[in-house]
Amino acid sequence: MTQPLAPPPKKNPERRTPVPMLPPGTRSRAGLGLALAAGQGRFALQVCTECGAVQYPPRDACHQCLATDLAWRDLPSGGQLLAETTIHASSDPYFRERLPWRAGTVQLDAGPVVLAHIHGDVARGARVRMALMLDRAGQGVLVALPEQETPHMQDDTILRAMGTHPRHRRVLITDARAPEAVALARALLDAGVAQVFMGLAEAWRPFPGRTRLEALDKVSLHRLDVTDAESLTDLAGAIGGKVDILINNARHIRPGGVIGASLTDARDSMEIGALGLMRLAQAFGPGMRARGADGVNSAVAWVNVLPAQALAHDPGFAGAVAAGAAARALSLSLRAELRGGGIRLLHVHAGPMDDEWHQPLPPPKLAPAALARAIVQGLEQGLEEIHAGDVARDLAQRFAENPALLAREMEGGA
Amino acid sequence: MTVLDTLTKALAGGRVQVVDLTHTLDPDFPVIVLPAEFGQCARFRMDEVSAYDHRGPAWKWHNISMSEHTGTHFDAPIHWVTGRDVANGSTDAIDPAAFIGPVCVIDCSVGAAADEDYTLQPAEIEAWEAAHGPIPAGAWVLMRTDWSRRQGAEYLNLRADGAHSPGPSPNAVRALLDRGIIGFGTECVGTDAGQAAHFDPPYPAHAMLHGAGKYGLQCLKNLDKLPPTGAVLICPPLKIRGGTGSPLRVLALVEEIA
Repeated sequence: MTQPLAPPPKKNPERRTPVPMLPPGTRSRAGLGLALAAGQGRFALQVCTECGAVQYPPRDACHQCLATDLAWRDLPSGGQLLAETTIHASSDPYFRERLPWRAGTVQLDAGPVVLAHIHGDVARGARVRMALMLDRAGQGVLVALPEQETPHMQDDTILRAMGTHPRHRRVLITDARAPEAVALARALLDAGVAQVFMGLAEAWRPFPGRTRLEALDKVSLHRLDVTDAESLTDLAGAIGGKVDILINNARHIRPGGVIGASLTDARDSMEIGALGLMRLAQAFGPGMRARGADGVNSAVAWVNVLPAQALAHDPGFAGAVAAGAAARALSLSLRAELRGGGIRLLHVHAGPMDDEWHQPLPPPKLAPAALARAIVQGLEQGLEEIHAGDVARDLAQRFAENPALLAREMEGGA
Repeated sequence: MTVLDTLTKALAGGRVQVVDLTHTLDPDFPVIVLPAEFGQCARFRMDEVSAYDHRGPAWKWHNISMSEHTGTHFDAPIHWVTGRDVANGSTDAIDPAAFIGPVCVIDCSVGAAADEDYTLQPAEIEAWEAAHGPIPAGAWVLMRTDWSRRQGAEYLNLRADGAHSPGPSPNAVRALLDRGIIGFGTECVGTDAGQAAHFDPPYPAHAMLHGAGKYGLQCLKNLDKLPPTGAVLICPPLKIRGGTGSPLRVLALVEEIA
């Protein structure tokens, strides 16, 4: 049974913060497909479109018939543990620091026998539930989990080393004024976070969530404006070494097309949504990247909330969605820059929210609490890409199938 | 000795003091908030271009952006629809002589402390004149409320039914126009009271002053350091082509009377 993680003691200021090390991160182009599936929380492997053979590890030609059309397909995730061992010595600098480490072979229900990381609660010879998970280097790896949930299983050494679970961690949410802010703070507290810092721009403007946030234990409001670099420098100076998870939910969504739309709104969308992300990264990125191996509450994840339509466009919200697309592009670069510190970058594509700016739109709309839940689940599962709400999921599916066709469909406001 | 010689000597000798009536341009300084569906006033923003570093080894500088109506600022007649046809009504076209002139300060601080929706009335203007003499034509008139001492949310004082801050009543604006003033200034975020949308006419200071080709100043401070009369106001806005207003440094020259 997994021992529950104790809250970490205060840091010993005399000890050097460990330099973040990464597990081996080199993969073939085919092998990167595992990371894509893992980042989306899917259990997918290559399947030969000619003979149907399931492939592992990923490759360029079918191990059975040498056909080269191998498609990534979601597969049943069950399996049987064949053999297991606990590694006590390794020459790899990353694993050396994290021993002992459990590994073994699993017979997948989908066919192949695979080498996998083994959760501590899996008994010898047991049935297992396989998960494709991102490791600290951002690569997809196979983990054998107990078939049924076990107490505190998320505190397992291997899951903690790979994942981004918020338990015992300290979180900065950049926009206390966003519709999901209160629900998000609550959901994080329920997930066991140690502290929630909430950024507040224009503190001189009242907002309804303020009293509810102030009433929450372990939640504090701080001056933070992603358009004001000085406010970011000030706050990073105060709490930069304590931000283990940063959730950037600052965005400026306003309706309007291109002709006749407000350039002021479009500029604000860019300043807040896109350039704000860059300012934020310059203030908080260095500290987080340096603390990727800082014990139980190491820095672990950066979350960017983006409009779902950032994958294509939306004639009804042209400027806001353009800013979202710009933010997504910046965010992909940031993902690469944070990788060296082992910090995961999670994109949360949010469908149209059930708020004043989407009031005339028909349902389904994304409830603030549903967005909050999706963000916390994404962190708990260690994901990189999630789509919150029916509209976002539908857009993502259509985007995956045919981006050009989706763009065409969006012209009609689909 | 010329008049200007006398003035510069008085400045050097301290007999004439320079009082700064300006708030610091700060990204977090409140700006006016309009109903959400309207275009909004941009706050002051500042991005570092370099700071003696790899982006420019020997120099530090910023790129800045803001609204014409951010911070301590000047309102030109074309700011309001009533002043759209005023000749030379933009900041670049106004006769610069308008930017220096005598200033009368009406102290409304007691009333504003008691009532956040305090409005200046003609009777108070008359009482002020009874004490200090008539407001001269071409004078700037500033409404002192000590509102500039308010910080944070207290400054705009926004509630569900709008902002609550002092300003002139429609009749007070008419009374000032009758006296031929050149401009009117306040410590609040606008020349009008927070609830002035509900006045008749709405926003009387904006509507009537700018319609008559007069100028506005807002977000002033240190008005308590000015005498009721006798000071000189210096308030040149930036020379923005077609500008409807501009952030500016507002100064007053105050003579120490021995």
